[in-house]
Amino acid sequence: MSAAAPHGANLVAWLRSRRAGLTLAAPALFVLIFLYAAPLAHLLAGSFRGPAGFTLEAYTKVLGDAYGRSLVWNSLRLGLITTGLTLIVGYPAAFGLAMSRGVLRSLFLASLFLPLAASVIAKAFAWTILLRSHGLVNDALIFLHLTAKPIRMIFTQTSLIVGAANIFLPFMILPIYAVVAQIDPRLTEAAATLGCSPARAFLRVVLPLSAPGVVAGVALVFSLSVSAYVVPNLLMGENYPTLATTIAKAFLLIRDPALGAAAGAILMVIGLAVVVVSNRLGEQGGQGR
Amino acid sequence: MTGALARIVAIAFMAGASLFLLAPLLVIAAASFSPTPVFDLPIGGASLRWYGAVGSLDGFWPALALSLEIAALSTAISLALGTLAGIAITRGLLPGGSILAAALASPLMMPGLVLGIALLQFFRGLGLSQVFPELLLAHVLVTLPYVARTMIAGLSRFDFTLIDAARTLGCSFPASIFRVMAPALAPAYLTSGLFAFLASMDNYPVSIFLTDARAKTLPIKMLQYIEESPDPSVAALSTLILLATLALLLVADRAVGLHRLAGLAE
Repeated sequence: MSAAAPHGANLVAWLRSRRAGLTLAAPALFVLIFLYAAPLAHLLAGSFRGPAGFTLEAYTKVLGDAYGRSLVWNSLRLGLITTGLTLIVGYPAAFGLAMSRGVLRSLFLASLFLPLAASVIAKAFAWTILLRSHGLVNDALIFLHLTAKPIRMIFTQTSLIVGAANIFLPFMILPIYAVVAQIDPRLTEAAATLGCSPARAFLRVVLPLSAPGVVAGVALVFSLSVSAYVVPNLLMGENYPTLATTIAKAFLLIRDPALGAAAGAILMVIGLAVVVVSNRLGEQGGQGR
Repeated sequence: MTGALARIVAIAFMAGASLFLLAPLLVIAAASFSPTPVFDLPIGGASLRWYGAVGSLDGFWPALALSLEIAALSTAISLALGTLAGIAITRGLLPGGSILAAALASPLMMPGLVLGIALLQFFRGLGLSQVFPELLLAHVLVTLPYVARTMIAGLSRFDFTLIDAARTLGCSFPASIFRVMAPALAPAYLTSGLFAFLASMDNYPVSIFLTDARAKTLPIKMLQYIEESPDPSVAALSTLILLATLALLLVADRAVGLHRLAGLAE
């Protein structure tokens, strides 16, 4: 005990030093540099490499023709629509979650956590069952007299968007909830006392305070859905080629690594842009408080 | 008045979202009892035969074992790395700590397929071709963002002077870590461990590039089963995984409360 104390004291002092910071972070830094930055830089370099040295051929192949540009647009569209839809549903839902208590809250939270455990593959397949011509959704629409004949949804963009929104919705609700749950309810009361209408109090107090959660949720859902592979692959197949499905095809089927690397580099730039922009916005939100 | 209405609308949105999220899970669970050899809703009877068929799926047991090993090991490594880096960042021991925090969280936003090919080409460039260590290293990168985000959030709420207080009261340094710091951080460990483990277990896009014909992870096998013969055994398997997770969530709810888990998710 007496021997441990001075050793412990040294350790405590050491734990306050700069060198300790670097030592503690070293393993994580190692992973980031050697398993993340280096491979991505290598991939980026590879996309410029042709048989005769430096070339932009892979990029002109992807961005130069209408089909290639449709790949980029299909990816962005999937990301944008999924993000928009999950934000519209997820923002009020996160407030509903924060306002609920007891068993209801536990049920809501379980419904957010549980889908994360079900494989994307199984969920996507379940949607093909729900959405097909004589599936449950069409039966319900016919029963409710919303349509006379079954609507063809499977292998259409409807099924793609429904499936993607379903799979990525928890990643919108959870970050917003984490922020919203910490907003002091007395702030809106104070705003009301000071003569703010509820709508004004929401716009001036609650909305700015929830912004960091929205930034985090939007960044996460957009980056996940813009690069989704299993969802478009299972729900649309060849009918909705994206950058992600092209990467998989280029490397696993047609063995065209330059094309795959170029599609990968474009997707990587989109991902990096999301990281940078969301961090900027997150920092501004942090300073605003 | 408007407050009550807004509350009802918000809770209705969440209830709708819950039903929407659970719908495919209910379909999966129902399809697992299908008496016919099609992945479909059970019409005209129920059967447990597909639960028996899970075990005899081609290559199921090695795939499950590989996925569990990779998920458990990568989560454990990430927890260790994430905690150490988290201490350095939250204690302000590092210049540019906030940049490191952002960098640690960013692989989550990188397209999985891009990480997969980048790692594949990098490992091949180094002359490596061992499935298990490559997969493990890749999954450390996959799980690290979940751990880093949660551990940084958890550590920034931990009062480090409590350790000094415990030591003043006669606790040794290791004892003050284990009896003061560890219990306070337990919810953060549970949350990040859970998310990281599930992310690793369900990862398809990174793993697909790093596995070979002999060693495949469970998600890769599942997509293969679905594409080859979509029979309900995949549904039965998914239902079993869901039940195990449900049990885990019940334990977590009892131990720390699900709302604390979700609060740390960001």
